[in-house]
Amino acid sequence: MPELIAKSAIDAGPVTKGGASLALMEPGPISSIALYAHGAEAGAKGLETLGLSFPAPGQSQENGAARILWTGRDQAFLIGAEAPAMEGAAITDQSDGWAAFSLSGAGVEDVLSRLVAVDVRLSAFAPGQVVRTGLNHMPMILRRASAEAFEIYTFRSMARSAWHELEEVMGQLAARGTLKS
Amino acid sequence: MRLTCPLCGSRDRREFYYYGADTYLNRPAPDAPMAAWDDYLHLRDNPAGVTRDLWYHEQGCAQWLKVTRNTVTHEISAVELVAGPAAGGKGASE
Repeated sequence: MPELIAKSAIDAGPVTKGGASLALMEPGPISSIALYAHGAEAGAKGLETLGLSFPAPGQSQENGAARILWTGRDQAFLIGAEAPAMEGAAITDQSDGWAAFSLSGAGVEDVLSRLVAVDVRLSAFAPGQVVRTGLNHMPMILRRASAEAFEIYTFRSMARSAWHELEEVMGQLAARGTLKS
Repeated sequence: MRLTCPLCGSRDRREFYYYGADTYLNRPAPDAPMAAWDDYLHLRDNPAGVTRDLWYHEQGCAQWLKVTRNTVTHEISAVELVAGPAAGGKGASE
C-alpha cells in the first residue's frame, strides 16, 4: 500500500502582527454527525464513549483532544477524535474538507470584528461558544477556545483566501497601532 | 434589517437568502386541478401589512425559516423553523 503524505491546506507559517497571532492548526479527524429523526438517544449513547454529549445550538464541548461543535439543526462536528460506532446518526468523514486556523492574542477581537458580522466580542461570546457565520464572504465555523484564543474552520479550498484576509487585517491593525503614540 | 434565527440568534440580513411567499410550503397534490397548480406557482398576494415568507439561513445554520413581517411598519413578528424543533439540541441559543 502506498504511503500517502498528509499535506496542510496551505504552506503558511505562524504570523504575529499587532496583538494577534495566526497559525495553522492540525485538528485531526473531523466528522459530521447528523442525527436522524428520533436519533437523539442513540446518538447520545455513542458520544458518551468519548465523554461528550450532543451540544446545544451555538455551544461546544471538549474532552481532552476531542471536541464537538454545534454546526446546525441536529448536526455537529466531532473534531480531534475518530467518530465512535453509533446508531441514530449519519456520520460523514469531513477531515479533508476543512482548514483550521488558530487566532490568539490580546488583539483577537479587533481582528474578528473587521471580518465577522456577529458579535463575538470577548464580553459577548464566552469560551466554548460556537458560531457558524461568514468570515468576510467565506463560510466559517468559529469557536472561542479559551480566554484569548479562537479556532477558525473554513473550507479547505478557501484556506488561502481566509489566511490572506486575516493576515491583511492583522497588518492594518498593527499599522494603526503605530500611529497612536 | 436583522432576523432572529431560532437556532443562531439575531443575524444580519446578509446571511439570509430570500425565497418568496410561504405559499411554497403548501404544495398541491400531484393530481390537483390545473387552477390549483397555477395558483401555487404564479399567483401571489401583495399585502400592505402582515405577510409571511421564506428565508434561507445560507451563511448560518442552513435552515429554511418562515418569517412573519409587516410590509408597512417593517416589524418582524415571528421567525420559525420550517423543519420544526430539533431533536438533539435543546432550545435556541441565548
